[in-house]
Amino acid sequence: MAEVSLVDVSKSFGPVEAVRGLSLSIADGEFVVLLGPTGAGKTTTLRLIAGLERPDQGNVIIQGRVVTDEVPAQRDVAFVFQQYSLYPHLTVYDNLAFPLRSPARRVNEDAVRRKVLQVAELLHIEHKLGNRATALSGGEMQRVAIGRALVRDPAVYLMDEPLSSLDAKLRAELRLELKRIQRELGTTILYVTHDQIEAMTMADRIGVMNDGVLIQLGTPREIYERPNSAYVASRLGTPAINLIPSELLGSSALPPQARTVGLRTEHIRISSQARSGPLARVHWVEHLGDQNHVHIKLADHSLVTLADPAQPLKAGDEVSLEFTDPLYFDQAGNRICAEEARGDP
Amino acid sequence: MADIKVENVAKTFGTFTAVKGVNFTVDHGSFFVILGPSGCGKTTTLRMIAGLELPSAGRILLDGEDVTALPASARDIAFVFQLFALYPHMNVRQNIGFPLRCQNYPRAEIRRSVEEVAKLLRIDHLLERRVGGLSGGDRQRVALGRAIVRRPKAFLMDEPLGALDSEFRRLMCAELRELHDRIDATTVYITHDQLEAMAMADRIVIMNQGRVEQIGTPQEIYDRPNTMFVADFIGAPPMSFLDVQTSLRRGDRHIRIDGAPVEIPEVFEDRGEGKFALGVRPENVSFTDASPLRGRVIGAEYLGTTQIVTVTTANGQIKARLPSAKSVQVGESVGIELQPDRLSLFDVVSGQALPSALYRGGCRG
Repeated sequence: MAEVSLVDVSKSFGPVEAVRGLSLSIADGEFVVLLGPTGAGKTTTLRLIAGLERPDQGNVIIQGRVVTDEVPAQRDVAFVFQQYSLYPHLTVYDNLAFPLRSPARRVNEDAVRRKVLQVAELLHIEHKLGNRATALSGGEMQRVAIGRALVRDPAVYLMDEPLSSLDAKLRAELRLELKRIQRELGTTILYVTHDQIEAMTMADRIGVMNDGVLIQLGTPREIYERPNSAYVASRLGTPAINLIPSELLGSSALPPQARTVGLRTEHIRISSQARSGPLARVHWVEHLGDQNHVHIKLADHSLVTLADPAQPLKAGDEVSLEFTDPLYFDQAGNRICAEEARGDP
Repeated sequence: MADIKVENVAKTFGTFTAVKGVNFTVDHGSFFVILGPSGCGKTTTLRMIAGLELPSAGRILLDGEDVTALPASARDIAFVFQLFALYPHMNVRQNIGFPLRCQNYPRAEIRRSVEEVAKLLRIDHLLERRVGGLSGGDRQRVALGRAIVRRPKAFLMDEPLGALDSEFRRLMCAELRELHDRIDATTVYITHDQLEAMAMADRIVIMNQGRVEQIGTPQEIYDRPNTMFVADFIGAPPMSFLDVQTSLRRGDRHIRIDGAPVEIPEVFEDRGEGKFALGVRPENVSFTDASPLRGRVIGAEYLGTTQIVTVTTANGQIKARLPSAKSVQVGESVGIELQPDRLSLFDVVSGQALPSALYRGGCRG
């Protein structure tokens, strides 16, 4: 049974339609990530589920119960915000215990203690329990903030970019930890981010949003390999997918409706000897440490692809390109699915 | 534009030493990034260059001139902060022109300079707009315009992109770097984000606890980290380390890990029996059934083009970056192959890299 459902939910702020006709079901124990740029409606979606906003239209259902008209406290949700807000005068222990000590819950101190210790251990902060919240590093503070949500046992955790204020290294560590914790506890999480790596590595399913609309929902692999539109294709992948006008490929074997061809780096083969593929020129090779990006000019279009370290390429080299498994998009940017696209070059 | 020399600069606040004798030179026209975790002393260093803090020791030279004791206003340097403070009641033109008006430039010249800068930043169509209604990116461009309009000798930027979302940050990274090239600026830029540093810098200095860990081009720092700190700080995921208990002789090209022979770059120094760490970047790890160095897969992170596979071995965890098409099962035993010429050896006590063929003998950059 779905833990949380949104049924045709819309929400406007004045003239701005933040969320438009959104339907989404999150299963028990599932980790769903909403991915999209700033202003896509991701945070509003979370706030609608939490009860911090009221939908103009549609319903929010949590554990089979319509909660659209309930206040946040009545809904069984826990919210983790981007900016960790800990009580600076309390210890880590008391910060973690705080939600359980709320008069509405009446948990006895033994049970509080058990739960706090369990969560602290899970988050690897058990040695910091006696510290003041202010005497922690950024990563530890964020773990306490997440821990404060975890001590409760809500139907769903709502997380709004909880890692984005941390530095890259810490972000990568907490990403793995959060996924591990979610697996161990079997919790249901709806997580909002604009970081594609977070989405790819943590999500059971990713929902790609833009302009208030849920454009595609699927596993990371589905979203990456079978995007339904050029927009979704461009959201995932580093370097980003190359979108070029179909006439540049100059082949008659393209599907007739194809206007744009999407080429991911792993689908471009560069050969230096003149082969049958289109000719292009190496513009420059960019060294990024773990990856080297080759920038190639095909007519007046730039392509970016990962360099094969074994293939010495330098600026000015004339190369021929071969493409495997390109994605085809029509005039409107929708993908032309594989069945129609048979007869690839 | 100018070169900047920082010589043995130190700064103490009460009992706390924030910067402990730092040396580096920022060449004329270069984009120089100070990278390090929070509390490493990078902001204090930048503030000393700007003249906002007085060093406790050492000298700062701007174009050969000792400016250590000069106030900020006398240094001809523009500082761009993390949070852009624009004047909300002024339009874009007035905001950009403000520094020139303060210095009583003639009107016609202010007009010409502002328009030139606006064109450079591609916001010339916004000149008469109020800043309140602008997008985040355009506000940032206006703030940059205000820094550029004075044509200072150098730009100092303290995490100017820190407050932006990650996607937009990447876009602005490219834009800032391009702008730097177009106006032939000298820029010192602070960040704790290694990706930003790698993408933008001509040279990076990595600081840790008030000291310089390494100075070099992004590629040098990535390929030949001088210390375990640098190896671990740079790279996503960072370098993996395998424990090695051995003695090393000059000229050694192999070590044994868990009994398996592993080829390494030629060692240039004799070392007695001790603990070392073999450092390997994820893209230099591959799986080969025949390899005697064995491990067990404990996780795989799918990233689209590639996946990061984590393997435990008797000597520690190792991460491999493999094509996504390669199928990997959690729990399976794999043979690990390491790219021999890309391996670093560190002394685990000092954290320093050992001189080897990879480091061409000199690694104390």
